Amino acid sequence: MRTLVLDVPGWNVHRPGQHVDVRLTAEDGYQAERSYSIASAPGEPPAITVERLDDGEVSPYLVEEAVPGDRFELRGPIGGYFVWEADRADDPLLLVAGGSGVVPFRSMLRHRADVGSTVPTQLVYSSRTFDDLIYREELDELAARDDGLELIETLTRAQPPGWTGRSGRVDAELLREIAFPAERNPRVYVCGPTNFAEAVADGLVELGHKAGRIRIERFGGT
Amino acid sequence: MIRLDGNSIAGVLEELFGREMTLASGRCTGCGAEREVGALHVYRSAGIVVRCPDCDTVLIRIVETADRTWIDLRGLSPVQLSS
Repeated sequence: MRTLVLDVPGWNVHRPGQHVDVRLTAEDGYQAERSYSIASAPGEPPAITVERLDDGEVSPYLVEEAVPGDRFELRGPIGGYFVWEADRADDPLLLVAGGSGVVPFRSMLRHRADVGSTVPTQLVYSSRTFDDLIYREELDELAARDDGLELIETLTRAQPPGWTGRSGRVDAELLREIAFPAERNPRVYVCGPTNFAEAVADGLVELGHKAGRIRIERFGGT
Repeated sequence: MIRLDGNSIAGVLEELFGREMTLASGRCTGCGAEREVGALHVYRSAGIVVRCPDCDTVLIRIVETADRTWIDLRGLSPVQLSS
């Protein structure tokens, strides 16, 4: 896992939840393109947090090889669907992340703190192990601001001694226990691997959340 | 094949249509469901196939080659763009 801060000439201020497309071209002309969520808040330089995938075509370069000064092709900021902006929202905000699905939420939560929003917000963040948690200290700090953000972390594979968070997957049972109920009509954003995102969305619908209130960003494979 | 969201092709659509398209909405010609493009199901291989999350009807097909692009939108009609 690595966070890269990008220097993009002519960059337009992005919105929280937007992404960029990165395109790499090999010497033989072969091109590979992947999308990465923007991890930084609007007004900050665009940053992406990239998880290395063993059989990936783009992530091994970004995580292991790229050095300051390297140039690559980039398109963005992109997308309006998976955007959350504090000034347009009074409804409670429920964010559910699996693994590196937390990246766009870091942008949203930094933005939320920057503008002084107190919209009741929950981040439910599922990770395999404690060491896999991204932005752990920053998220703890954001949650400690006492401005209406609640952080719920769950570890699915192993829990360290003294772990006070949750254990196991994000399912309907966990969501019923800890997440805003459907009656509060939260806006819901779910980001994670396809299987995770679909299981969470199914659980939410089972609990009465309207499908139209749930925005999903799935990511898959390489 | 891995299922993605309409949001994942936002960049491709923006290049083709010259504007943000994931908040545009369209009606599925199969079941009549009205959805935002960002919420549709996307499958990518040599080309892009967009399907209805409700009934799986093929809504959009996009094939890009080095010098041209084919777009078939006939499964999605009408498409509404907010100004």
